Formats: sequence, structure tokens, C-alpha cells
Amino acid sequence: MNGEELTEQETALYDRQIRVWGVDAQRRLSKSHVFVSGLKGTTVEFCKNIVLAGVGSLTLNDDNPVTENALAANFLIPFDDNIGGGGSLADLCCDSLKDFNPMVHVSVEKGDLSSFDVNFFEKFDVVVISCCSLAAKKSVNEKCRKLSKRVAFYTVDCRDSCGEIFVDLQNYAYAKKKADETVECQLLFPSFEEAIAIPWRSLPKRVSKLYFAMRVVERFEEVERRKPGETSIEDLPNVLKLRNELCLAHSLNESQIPDSLLERLVASTKEFPPVSAVLGGILGQEVIKAISGKGDPLKNFFFFDSVDGKGLIEDISTS
Amino acid sequence: MASTQQQQQLSAIKGAKVLMVGAGGIGCELLKTLALSGFQDIHIIDMDTIEVSNLNRQFLFRQSHVGQSKAKVARDAVLRFRPQISITPYHANVKDSSFNVDFFKQFNVVLNGLDNLDARRHVNRLCLAADVPLVESGTTGFLGQVTVHIKGKTECYECQPKPAPKTYPVCTITSTPSKFVHCIVWAKDLLFAKLFGDKNQDNDLNVRSNDTATSSDHSEDIFELRKDEDFQQYANRIYDHVFGHNIQTALSNEETWKNRNKPRPIYVKDVLPDEPVQQNGSADQMLVKDSLSSLSAMSYLGLKNPQDIWSLKENSRVFFAALKLFFTKRQKEIGNLTFDKDDHLAVEFVTAAANIRAASFNIPLHSLFEAKGIAGNIVHAVATTNAIIAGLIVIEAIKVLQNEAKNCRMTYCLQHPSRKMLLMPVEPFEPNKSCYVCSETPLLLEVNTHRAKLRDLVEKIVISKLGMSLPLITHGSSLLYEVGDDLEEDMVANYAANLEKVLSELPYAITGGTNISVEDLQQELVCNINIKHREEFDEEKEPDGMVLHGWTPAPASENNKDATDNNGASTSSTSKSAPAVMEDDDELSIMEVGVETVSAVGKKRKLSDVPHPETLVEDKRAKKIPEQPENNGDVVVMLDDGNDAA
Ligand SMILES: [Zn+2]
Repeated sequence: MNGEELTEQETALYDRQIRVWGVDAQRRLSKSHVFVSGLKGTTVEFCKNIVLAGVGSLTLNDDNPVTENALAANFLIPFDDNIGGGGSLADLCCDSLKDFNPMVHVSVEKGDLSSFDVNFFEKFDVVVISCCSLAAKKSVNEKCRKLSKRVAFYTVDCRDSCGEIFVDLQNYAYAKKKADETVECQLLFPSFEEAIAIPWRSLPKRVSKLYFAMRVVERFEEVERRKPGETSIEDLPNVLKLRNELCLAHSLNESQIPDSLLERLVASTKEFPPVSAVLGGILGQEVIKAISGKGDPLKNFFFFDSVDGKGLIEDISTS
Repeated sequence: MASTQQQQQLSAIKGAKVLMVGAGGIGCELLKTLALSGFQDIHIIDMDTIEVSNLNRQFLFRQSHVGQSKAKVARDAVLRFRPQISITPYHANVKDSSFNVDFFKQFNVVLNGLDNLDARRHVNRLCLAADVPLVESGTTGFLGQVTVHIKGKTECYECQPKPAPKTYPVCTITSTPSKFVHCIVWAKDLLFAKLFGDKNQDNDLNVRSNDTATSSDHSEDIFELRKDEDFQQYANRIYDHVFGHNIQTALSNEETWKNRNKPRPIYVKDVLPDEPVQQNGSADQMLVKDSLSSLSAMSYLGLKNPQDIWSLKENSRVFFAALKLFFTKRQKEIGNLTFDKDDHLAVEFVTAAANIRAASFNIPLHSLFEAKGIAGNIVHAVATTNAIIAGLIVIEAIKVLQNEAKNCRMTYCLQHPSRKMLLMPVEPFEPNKSCYVCSETPLLLEVNTHRAKLRDLVEKIVISKLGMSLPLITHGSSLLYEVGDDLEEDMVANYAANLEKVLSELPYAITGGTNISVEDLQQELVCNINIKHREEFDEEKEPDGMVLHGWTPAPASENNKDATDNNGASTSSTSKSAPAVMEDDDELSIMEVGVETVSAVGKKRKLSDVPHPETLVEDKRAKKIPEQPENNGDVVVMLDDGNDAA
């Protein structure tokens, strides 16, 4: 990364992708700094993708110890004595990721996500958080928004065979190719808090059922003070009750959030690895787009459910 | 409920024996996702070894693995995080005879992550013969697709004709070309890009030796015109470097040439020994007309017909003239040029360079017209698309294993959302009743039985069109031709003699009305062909001197209005062949102009840019959802025929 030019080593390694997105984009990638908090299957997929793509640096945050459960969807951690060993998830993932691409600086940031202040996030161009509470999502998003530079903010979560990605690029201008000419485009993204505050009845018809279902589960975990993903089938009656309350408040028909969908989300909080691969791929793609300024970014929610196989973009914003 | 479902799913996964074909871009992702998903018994076939340019997305491989078997290294890498599962690697070609129908029968599902049409067709046939479901996949750039093929339930991979997309491993392009198209890719994507394109863009031009340390040859300056350097000296240096020195270097890798013909280095002094070095400043004379668009090395050299095949000498002259025109008349563009088939000078340069390279490798030379046609479209892959596609393959494979064929979908990964979807599932199609691979419908061959030899039939139809590798041709109960290792010597001689006979003079004459049977024993595929005698063929439009009906699209009506036709009965819709376009693993992929469509349609049909899969999907759905706008013109376009290079 010497100044403006890509090194010979970089050009050799990134040859194929440079042919897809160009030298400029590659140069921007190699100068970008990405922060990821919460290392489970989906974020690990994402980390692999952007390390291969050649971002400048990747900072990992997850102090959790390596448990058997954590290994289930994680291909970064060699299966040996790591279970119950001293290293945190972030430590072990870091070791593996370094190995993927020696040109990317991978490091670990210890500490609780909520303890990082606004200045902390200034070091980054991209912040991705996962497996965290509703409060943490709102608060980290707001911290990123307080900075004078734009920090692209993403959340990603996978429960059972369903997944959700949220994107906040704030005020985002990019070049869009239309036929032969390039047009300047501008998009205004709402924050996570703003987006989910939009009354459900004012959303466009046929918004993915997953959007509502994820809000119900998220809310349930908040009121019950659960850790993210800490639900089981026993919670279903209470979750359904909450669903009914929320639907009533939002004047939404309860059938928009089917019991069976909620059941899947609360009963099995394990990530289904193929779905993690899909979400990690889409998120990787979006982050590459945002850094390079090339291509239409996803605005502002993405949903995938392997049962119907659809990968849907939903624009949840006031406008 | 969810948990019993999950139990069932898990037991289906754990009890499954799966075969993966391909351990490249998609393959690495797929093997990882299979292992994480709980698969216990995975077999993987890949004949390739690891290259430096794989490392940015084939994440199971490291620098230290370069040169080793992909299948084996992938296995070892995955066992590090899932040591308890069984992965059986085969460093071999899937077309090897050991991978026969019995081999395929042991698997519950076959998953393809392949990079070429030939192998895909082969695997399709073996899966049909063994009655094993196949999940097929492909990516190009940000586009990808996953399809499911279950015998008798969904269409097979070959139910819709394919416009022969091909992919080439990088080493084929950089070191071991065996076809003219390899030379075109080299000339266009490597040499042209190096000389006139963004200087940062590639470094594959210099032949790699096995020692990776020397892979980035310190030859960067060779391609720079030095200050005050005589142009002709520069041009000669380029010529000698790429056609002489690089070949010489490649020859030093003796291992490479054990089973291949050695190329011959070509130097300026050998080709143009007594050519007076072109005069400095003579470029002005080259400028016959004023406008830049008319800049042409051909007109400068007095070469008129783009259909002519130039000699090595002529190609070398075109090479120098085109190079000089670029450096003198289009200097400002140097550094930002990308190959454009409508840029005449660029086509001239690429044609000449490809031909000189072809001469080195003893590959037949081609005309500018042909070269321009071959210089189609190149697409490259990215890791994220491969990861997404691999995830989708596993999702479909699990449905197949749970016998949920009716829930299977083909899924398109799109670059731009279509009806809010980035990942778009579509119901699979039923088998095409007239598919020559999975149905028994006979084909019809029009041929002059008094002129065409059996050899023509074998080469132009059986091998190149039907894609058979070990064909056996019978007429009634009589064997006319057969290929195999275990044949008696006299039979071999007999077949060799038959090859040179015209069809009507064979021991069991093939004439109009004859029905012959062509069979591939390994693929267990039988095709019946009805012969129709026809006296005359148009040399330009039907260069094979024979026309095969029933396997390739009949001429699409020009307005494409039949694109919503019934998928089963019609072979004419251009749209349905289109999904085949987005496929290949990850290396260079070239959309070739299908020779067969040239002869069948009488006009050259060619894939335009990478088709937007949205378009494809809309087409696919058009017959099911009538209100969908039809949009098929983008997928296959008619080129103005013949004379556009003039
Ligand atoms: Zn078929």
C-alpha cells in the first residue's frame, strides 16, 4: 500500500477481481478500514470475503470464549484443543484470517461493544455488528452518525434459515452507469432507529414478513432482557402475545407475521451454514460497493429465507 | 415441529454420500459449506493444480500450495476444522473412464462447480444414466445461478441448447494454448491490455516457470517505450520478447511438454529477415484517410479481404503496423484502452498477435474476420458470488436428499434487483420432450452422402456437436466405427479405413433414409440419427457441409415473438438457452460464437454483453406469468453478417 499505486504483489493477487471492478476500486479497498463485532458463522463468512477482496485492515471484536456452539458454523477455527482454551473468538479468528491474505492487517479490539465511544469509530470506514441487542444496534449506529466522516454501518443477523441485513450509508452519492452515460445518484438512508420507528401501516404493501418477525423477536429479547439469540421454543407463547400487541398497535393484520415463522426464529437460533454463506456473500458485496463507490447499494434491508429461496431488498424509509 | 424437521434434515445430510465435481472458486466455498452443514461423506474430483491467481478467492489455498492438487489441498484444509468427516479427493479428470456410471451410482446427489461446458455435459449424461440428481451451478462476475436436474422430473442440463460458453484455465492461455481461441484470449486480454491498457492491470503475460519466485519476472520495463528510443527498436523488442523469449522460457519447464507438442519461439529476424526496418516517421503515410476511425494497418499494407488468412510474415507486418499506428496516432489513448471489437485497429492488432502465437504453437491461423468473431466477451469471477452460489447449492442439495423435488428451485443471483429480488428462485422446467440427451427423439442429419466421409460425421457431428468422447456408430446391427483401448488391431484398421470412406460407400452404406445409432459407452448415451441426403450446401452458411436438426435451436424468428413458446416442444426460443450463458467457474470465460448457430441460422448470432439475468428470468417466467413484460432481444442478438470488418 505505497501511496496511490497498487503494488505488484497486489496486482498479481487481485488480478481477477480487478478485472471485475477496476483498479480504482481495488485501491480504495486496500485503504479501507473495517470493524466487525460479534463473530458467528455469518460474520465469519463476511470477514473471509473482505479479507480475500483485500481491504486495508480488519478489526475484530468478540471477547467470548470458544465454545462448541461457537465452532458450529465457524470454519476459521481449527478443531483441536481450542474449545475451552484461553483465546477469545476474536483472537482465534484473527489468526486464521491473517493467513488468508497477508496483505490485510487483521487485529483484535477487546472490550464490550457498548464501551466504545464515538471517537473509537472514527478509525473505520465500515462498521458491521452482529449478535447484539437492539439497544447496541441503535447506539453504535448513532455513534457512527455523529462523526463528520461517513462511516458505513451494517447489522447482520442469521436465525435458523432466515437472515437480515440492515444498511445505513447516511447521505450517499455514487456514480451509476445508465446505458452509455454515468449519472450521479444520491441516496438518503435512515438510521436503524429511524427505520424501525416507521409505523408498519405506512410501509409499502407486501413488505417481507421477515421484517416484522425480526422486529418482534428483537423486541422480545429486549423486554425480557435476553442476550441476542437466547430464545427457545418455550418462549413461543409470549412471543406470539407480543406479536399480537405490536400488530394491534401498528394496525397490522397478525397474519402478516405467521406463527410458523416466529416459531422458526425463536426455536432454533443456530445459524444454518448455507444461509450464513449467502448473507456473508451479499454483505461482502455491499461493503465492497460502498467502499468503492461503484454499483447500486442495497437500501436498506435485505432478507433471505431458505424456505422460499427469495433474497429480497426492502426499502424501509420515510419518503 | 421445527425440531423434528431439523432432525429429519440432519439425518438426510448425515446419511448422504455426495460427489462434488470441481474444487475451484465455487468448489472451495461449496466444500466448506457442506462440511459446516454436517455432511459426512464427500467425494471431490478436480484435475487442476493451484495457481497464484486462484488465491484471491479460492480461500482454502495458500501461496505454499501453488502447484499442488486442488482436490487434495481443499480436503486437507477442510479437515482442519472438521476432522471427523470423510472427504475423498480425486486429482483427475471427471471424464476419465474410471468415473463411469457405476461410480456415479454410489452417490445420492452430484454437485457441479465446473468451469467448462464439455465437462458439464459429460456429468449431466452420467447423472442421467446413473439416475442421480444433479445440482448445477455457475458464476460470472456478480451473476450466478443454481439449477437442479432430476431425471424425469426436471429438465436436464442439455434440454435447452447452449450457446457454447467456454472457460479456460489461465495456464492454458499463458503457457499451453491448444486452440486458436486461447491465442485470441492471450492477445486480447493479456498482450493488448499490457501494451495499451491500464498498466496496473495484469501480469500474466510473462510465462511463469514452476518456481513461483520468478513469476513476477522483472520485465515490466520491456513494455515501456523508453525516452528517445527508436520506435522500431522498441517494436522489435516487444515482438522478440513475447513471441521469442517467453516461449523460450516456457520451454524450460520440461514437465509441461512431456505430453504436448513443444512450441517454437519466433523472432523478428527469422520472420522478416530482409525487411528494411520500417522508416521512422512513415506513420504519416499510413494515414491514408484523415479520420482516426479509418486508421488501419491492413489498408496501409494493402491487405483487403478480412476473410483471408494471412501468412506469418503478413501477420508480423500487421502487428508492427498496428503497433506503430497506436503509438503515433492514438498515443493519448494508450494506458486507457480496453479491447473493443468495434475498434478496427485493435482487432487487427489482436488478430495478428494471436496468429503469430498460433504459429508458435502449431495451431492453424485464422482470418481477421474469424478472429474478430472469436474475440467475444470475457467475464471474471468474484469470491462473494461464489460463496452465495455455494450456499444455494447446499440448500437445493438438502431438498433433493429429503426427496422434496417439488420444492427445488433454480435460483438466479442478480446484480440489479428484479422485483425487489437479488436472489430469485424460479420453478424448474419439465424435461424437454425432444431433448436428444434425456429423451429418445431421433435427430435429423442433412448430408451429402456421396461426398461426406465418415470422418466428417465423426468429427463435425458426433464429437463436436453431440459432445461424445468414446463414440460407437452402428447401422442396424453392424458396427461402423468405435473408439476404445481394448479393440483388436484388425478392427482398429477396419475403422480407420471406414473413416476415409464416403458415407454411401461404407460396407453398410449410409444413404438417404438410413437410420444410424451413435452411442457413447461411458456416458451411456444413445442418439438415433435419421439421415437425409442433400446435394448442395452453402459454403459460407453451412461450412460443415452438413446440418443437424433437433439438437440446436431452429432459426429464431427475427422478432423473437415466440420466446414465450412452450418450453417442452419448441427448440426455437432464444431466451431459454440464455441461462446457460452465465456459467463457468472462475477463470477466463469466453462466450464463443457457436459455430452451429452460424450454420443453422445462416446469420451469425452472437451473445451480446453478459446478459442481465433479470432478463433471462423474466423470459423464463414469461410463460407462467403472462403480465410479465417480454424482454428477450438483449439475450441473443443478430449481428450484421459477413462484411462488418471491411
Ligand atoms: Zn434433456
